[in-house]
Amino acid sequence: MSLSTQDVEKVARLARLAMTGEEIETARTQLNGIFNLIAEMQAVDTDGVAPMSHSQNLTQRLRLDTVTEANQREAFQAIAPQVEAGLYLVPKVIE
Amino acid sequence: MFESSLKQIGDALRAKKISSVELTQSYLDRMAQLNPRLNAYITLNPELSLAQAKAADARLAAGTAEPLTGIPIAQKDIFCAKGWLTTCGSKMLHNFVSPYDAHIISQFNTAGAVNLGKTNMDEFAMGSSNETSHYGAVKNPWDTTRVPGGSSGGTASAVAARLCAAATGTDTGGSIRQPAALCGISGLKPTYGVCSRYGMIAFASSLDQAGPMGRSAEDLALMMNVMAGFDERDSTSLQRDREDYTRDLNKPLNGLRIGLPKEFFAAGMGSDVAKAIEAAIAEYKKLGATIVDISLPNSKLSVPVYYVLAPAEASSNLSRFDGVRYGYRAPEYGDLTDMYEQSRAQGFGAEVKRRIMIGTYVLSHGYYDAYYIQAQKIRRLIAQDFVEAFKQCDVIMGPTSPSTAFKLGEKGDDPVQMYLSDIYTIAVNLAGLPGMSIPCGFGDNNMPVGLQIIGNYFDEARMLNVAHQYQLATDWHSRAPQGI
Repeated sequence: MSLSTQDVEKVARLARLAMTGEEIETARTQLNGIFNLIAEMQAVDTDGVAPMSHSQNLTQRLRLDTVTEANQREAFQAIAPQVEAGLYLVPKVIE
Repeated sequence: MFESSLKQIGDALRAKKISSVELTQSYLDRMAQLNPRLNAYITLNPELSLAQAKAADARLAAGTAEPLTGIPIAQKDIFCAKGWLTTCGSKMLHNFVSPYDAHIISQFNTAGAVNLGKTNMDEFAMGSSNETSHYGAVKNPWDTTRVPGGSSGGTASAVAARLCAAATGTDTGGSIRQPAALCGISGLKPTYGVCSRYGMIAFASSLDQAGPMGRSAEDLALMMNVMAGFDERDSTSLQRDREDYTRDLNKPLNGLRIGLPKEFFAAGMGSDVAKAIEAAIAEYKKLGATIVDISLPNSKLSVPVYYVLAPAEASSNLSRFDGVRYGYRAPEYGDLTDMYEQSRAQGFGAEVKRRIMIGTYVLSHGYYDAYYIQAQKIRRLIAQDFVEAFKQCDVIMGPTSPSTAFKLGEKGDDPVQMYLSDIYTIAVNLAGLPGMSIPCGFGDNNMPVGLQIIGNYFDEARMLNVAHQYQLATDWHSRAPQGI
């Protein structure tokens, strides 16, 4: 398998990473090297094997639907790039 | 005092031979002298450290001290600590002063330990040499032209150079064990779920695990007593009774069955590393252990499996960095999408972007089954190999890393070469098992070699016992780098 320039551009777009043409080409070479390494696992017969996401076969814990966090809006917004009147500012989304 | 064990420091503090303020100040002085050469710390905050030391002295005076009260401990910069700059080695978080404490941090605070500073690390813990840090590479104190390993490279360098009494690390694919090996110190990655991930900036959530790094197994046991424990704020934290990790340290090793996986002793390991590992195994035989030949047939697949699963989880976890709520925002941008794309392009370094792209690709439509699901299935095969192996042995041993510390810049251009330096550690994370590395000698160029000890689930106390008995019989762990 080999990634094309268009594949890498699409991935960069999905990942929300701005990249120049030169960066795309460097990434393409490196990603192809990594996918050559990953390709080793394609030949393994895994029929009937259940995917494993956690070693302890846990089920997700549930908790009571109660408020456990205090309101810390000021502390949290003190570290935000741009806020006004308690709101996070971003470029206009809806015309 | 810089060569003392945590227990000895604790005794000296309780006996009022030294105060925590004096001790903390002497470490800060040593750091001011040596850190510029090693770059082991990203952030120092003497005011906060000394305030904690003062509070610890009050506890010591009041007789309410715990074993680590007043002891200066460094924290990997992946742990959010209230009031501390917490960068995770990234430009993305260059201005992130955490508004809250990670569970691990609050555990140390409750124990009365002093936070001595935040240690350097590979950006978002993605790296094996500490060269991906936005804040510059860390130097290995044994040879400052060499890497300390990664991603907990700042911690490993700081512990080896006696710039803290002990410190924390995190291990997703070897990030505690490999730098411990390369810097000649001891490090333990506990069973997945033993230490809470709350407030530990996420890389690959199904693999990430915090653990202690220090100069001896005995020190690690005392650290584990503080770090381990259930936390409801981490959905994968395990509900278990509290343990005293020092309880088995002094048990003899008679009858211990050590499994040696043939795959770990095949081609790829440096001959200098092999020699040190063989000598360590011989020492264990003298201590009463018996050797069992075992096989982990699927372990060779752990690198490819890891480089699907970890980037997949990372691409999801790192989607939170959008330049809106915290962290870096590009100075110039057009619309909202452009703001995301510019902020992320400028805020993340090359390795992080590479992994986000791998992850985004393997999770994208049409590739999910072929990559992510296939990797999760092989993950089970790798874990089952260990289950089979532990029917025949109590612990598994082998090298931590195929080579000793390599030169700065040596593997910089080839991500695949860098990834292969974690070939012996990754399978342990995939299986969720505990693993540790202890110093067991020196290889070419007089650089330290690490012995990896892998235990069964929740067998940390036994592993610490196995390591401690070796450290009573040998002195590799007490060797210190000279002339930094």
